Amino acid sequence: MILPFFVIIPLGAAFLISLLGKKLKNFADLLANLATFSLLVFSLYSISQVFAHKILVYKVGSWIPPIGICMVLDGLTSFMLVTVNLVSFLVTIYSVSYMEKYTDKYRFYTLFMLMLAGMNGIIVTGDLFNLFVFLEIASIASYALVAFGTEAEELEASFKYAIMGSVASTFILLGIAMLYSYTSTLNMADISSILSGKPVNTIVGFVTVLFLAGFGLKAALVPFHGWLPDAHPAAPAPISAMLSGVFIKTLGVYALCRVFFNILTVSDRLVFVLIVLGLVSMVVGAFLAIAQNDIKRMFAYSSISQIGYIIFALGVGTPLAILGGLFHLFNHAVFKSLLFLNSGAIEYSVHTRNLEKLGGLNSRLPITGYTSLIGSMSISGIPPLGGFFSKLIIIIAAIQAGYFISATVAILVSIVTLAYYLKFLNFTFFGKLDELRLKIREVPWAMRLSMIVLAIICVASGLLIAPLFKPFLESAVNVLLLANGYKEAVFGALK
Amino acid sequence: MNNRTLEQKNPKGMTLIVKTITRLTVGLILLYGIYIVLHGHISPGGGFAGGVIIALCFIHLMLAFGREVALKKISQGVVSVLESFGAIMFLSIALLGFWGGYFFFNFFLHKGKPFELFSAGIIPLCNIAICLKVGAGLFAIFTVLVLFKGLGEKG
Repeated sequence: MILPFFVIIPLGAAFLISLLGKKLKNFADLLANLATFSLLVFSLYSISQVFAHKILVYKVGSWIPPIGICMVLDGLTSFMLVTVNLVSFLVTIYSVSYMEKYTDKYRFYTLFMLMLAGMNGIIVTGDLFNLFVFLEIASIASYALVAFGTEAEELEASFKYAIMGSVASTFILLGIAMLYSYTSTLNMADISSILSGKPVNTIVGFVTVLFLAGFGLKAALVPFHGWLPDAHPAAPAPISAMLSGVFIKTLGVYALCRVFFNILTVSDRLVFVLIVLGLVSMVVGAFLAIAQNDIKRMFAYSSISQIGYIIFALGVGTPLAILGGLFHLFNHAVFKSLLFLNSGAIEYSVHTRNLEKLGGLNSRLPITGYTSLIGSMSISGIPPLGGFFSKLIIIIAAIQAGYFISATVAILVSIVTLAYYLKFLNFTFFGKLDELRLKIREVPWAMRLSMIVLAIICVASGLLIAPLFKPFLESAVNVLLLANGYKEAVFGALK
Repeated sequence: MNNRTLEQKNPKGMTLIVKTITRLTVGLILLYGIYIVLHGHISPGGGFAGGVIIALCFIHLMLAFGREVALKKISQGVVSVLESFGAIMFLSIALLGFWGGYFFFNFFLHKGKPFELFSAGIIPLCNIAICLKVGAGLFAIFTVLVLFKGLGEKG
């Protein structure tokens, strides 16, 4: 069984790097890349496992699930594993060159691997408290990573993030404690089956609110988004890419989906709240992004806006909408990490992120320029790139479900998105080049390689809805549509 | 006389009374921590609690005699290695479970007997690993808080 290795590999790599990384040169680079590569291979292998078995349950320590902890591999798990490990592999390649300018590179890899272990753990676990533990591992590693530069600005961002993140974790822990006191179990499938046997109680509603605030804060939905525009720009570029690309989706969106769709049931009121939160995030994120002059800050606000699309699609809740939402989640992971890596490349060569001080870089940094053109066009929804299809599906699904005004808002926000990405491209790559910058050269090959690969995936990701690849997305959608059937699926797999 | 030379050698730290009491108690605290770790599987306690007590023994030393004395006993580098080693030991024990077919499988001696030290299979070993990780981690955090000063502070 491959499931425990998604946690074992990054965890083992993290501590081996911290033990030996200082003494052996290049050991940290090598081991980190090897670990993320093997994780990518494992996660691709998990797709075939899902097609063969539908659902697989791993008993940790051979304890039967309601008593022991179990790990569950189903369509959604495999989809998220592929997304997370794909991005993290490309980000580690990029870090080989980019992190040279920081001291203590091996510490960076240690924290990175811990964060990855946390994220993979959240995805594979089938136990609610285990989810909280992994969530804390990932969060605490990310607090340290945001502060990695140890400048005043970074420390402040990290402190703010740590405070808000701890508040979110407290909400989630409180929610889990209340569910535990109500159902006397922590296994997700078992909680779901006990809840369906009990009459409707206000405690479940209260737990829903706690989880919504907790996971919503991790996902940076608008009323809870305050930490993100500070934390993402302050972190080193590979970490910004991880945070925006996969971190907020794993800790926020995935956990939210799993808890609300598969454990608690989705009520009409919750659907309404999700749609409103999604729309508000979409609009507020987009309008705040226009006004920014710092590239990374603009991208950070853009992440809030795009997460809004995903949550909105999940709120609409028809099979097509969920497909669109998950598809957009994958696309956003790819193009937002690409854009953050681009911003890192710009900062690496020019040493500034201020849009007003940039211009004409396309002649000096062609690969960065063209890859960020692809990323920007994909996120703004220009056909035939991946982002176009996912937004189109979300909007069509919203119209089919009768949300006409919301669909119109989604289209308008897409235009605003195009506007601020054109602003970014115009100020950075077009226009007149500063004479002092005539000598700058394109970034090292490792950084170029990962940006090019991400750009290719951006172009090709539209194919995910082609009949050949669609089952990959559909198996993830089916898990969410299964709703309460999750418990039967898990317990059925045990027999 | 002996005490006075020690006092002259280490002018930092607290008064003679505190130092004397610390010297008498530190060993006992360490021993108690080890006891808690080793008996974690048959009585209340375990790796976390024992690790904290062991770390407190060194922190106690640091408070009474100043940071140089404590860091001479156990340096930052050693602490860092011990911490990683604890984590790797825990993971390896979990991985050894694959011998019995499952991750974290309790693969030997797994009949816990009351009041018997050598029982419960991998759990005492896990406790020792957790103790290394927690003890070293807590001591490292305390040392870092002592060593680094904020902006505008002198020292």
